[in-house]
Amino acid sequence: MRRLVLALALLSFSAPAFAVNPDEMLKDPAQEHRARELGKDLRCLVCQNQSIDDSDADLAKDLRVIVRERIAKGDSDDQVRKFVVDRYGDYVLLKPPFKASTLALWLGPVALFVGALAVIVGFYRRRRTAEAAPPPPLSVEEQKRLDKLLKESER
Amino acid sequence: MRRLLTLLPVAIFAVLALFFLKGLTLNPRDIPSVLIDRPVPEMNLAPLPGRGEASGLSTDNLKGRVSLVNIYGSWCISCVQEHPYLMEIKKRGDVVIQAIDWRDDPVLGAAWLKKNGDPYERVGVDPPPGRTAVDFGVTGAPESFIVDKAGVIRYKHVGPINPELWAKTLLPIIRELEKK
Repeated sequence: MRRLVLALALLSFSAPAFAVNPDEMLKDPAQEHRARELGKDLRCLVCQNQSIDDSDADLAKDLRVIVRERIAKGDSDDQVRKFVVDRYGDYVLLKPPFKASTLALWLGPVALFVGALAVIVGFYRRRRTAEAAPPPPLSVEEQKRLDKLLKESER
Repeated sequence: MRRLLTLLPVAIFAVLALFFLKGLTLNPRDIPSVLIDRPVPEMNLAPLPGRGEASGLSTDNLKGRVSLVNIYGSWCISCVQEHPYLMEIKKRGDVVIQAIDWRDDPVLGAAWLKKNGDPYERVGVDPPPGRTAVDFGVTGAPESFIVDKAGVIRYKHVGPINPELWAKTLLPIIRELEKK
């Protein structure tokens, strides 16, 4: 039992394996940390659903190297991101930016949720008022039909 | 009205299904290039060994006439498939083809052209980390760019060029640009 707990603890503390090679890393740990944070959000154009930090593809490696070059040259995080987006478009960002063309993407789910909520609330409210309100009085003709039916059933 | 409302989930499903159906026919590798209508990136690439001192590729080489810029590498498998057709284009003289030997050992790049034929006027070597290729927004090889007389990128094709694509899409674009 103790061994199992230990194994689980070790598993949960192990860091995910990154594709970043030691020879790519920047000497300054603060700069390397920035490169890692940036790399996490940049899409590998070859594997498409991995970040450049996770991917072993050559192009991902190239982009990691180029990102580090820009950082070493003194670019800010935004400048580095702009450099890559200028060449590969917003597609390269794993988290799409919030702008006019992505409005539906960001607000769609919220709108759908609010819409569904409105339908549900409307449904229950209508049902409750229907239960609470007494049925409208019968018209003269309806009353006549009802009387007739009742008389027939009595027989 | 009530009855129509019960059909709403079916309608939503139908719309989603249409989107997904469309998605099945799209190629996820076809990423719209942001470089269309932008000038060719600044570059001055070294020539391949054995192709002559002045046969490298620079930005100025892509000005003055319409050209096709082909990204290849001796490691690139699809390039082998594409190459015979590039040779045909060269033979017909449809358009001048320039090349970037991407992420390659120049010696291997040159040997590959010796073996498969050399349809290129100029070849520039872009060694790792492929700065020029990244400036072009290259995502893989082969990739081809149509560059107009002013040195502006007008079209990008991802993957091998084949006869049908050439006749129906690329050549008409080139002819149109040549008129301007």
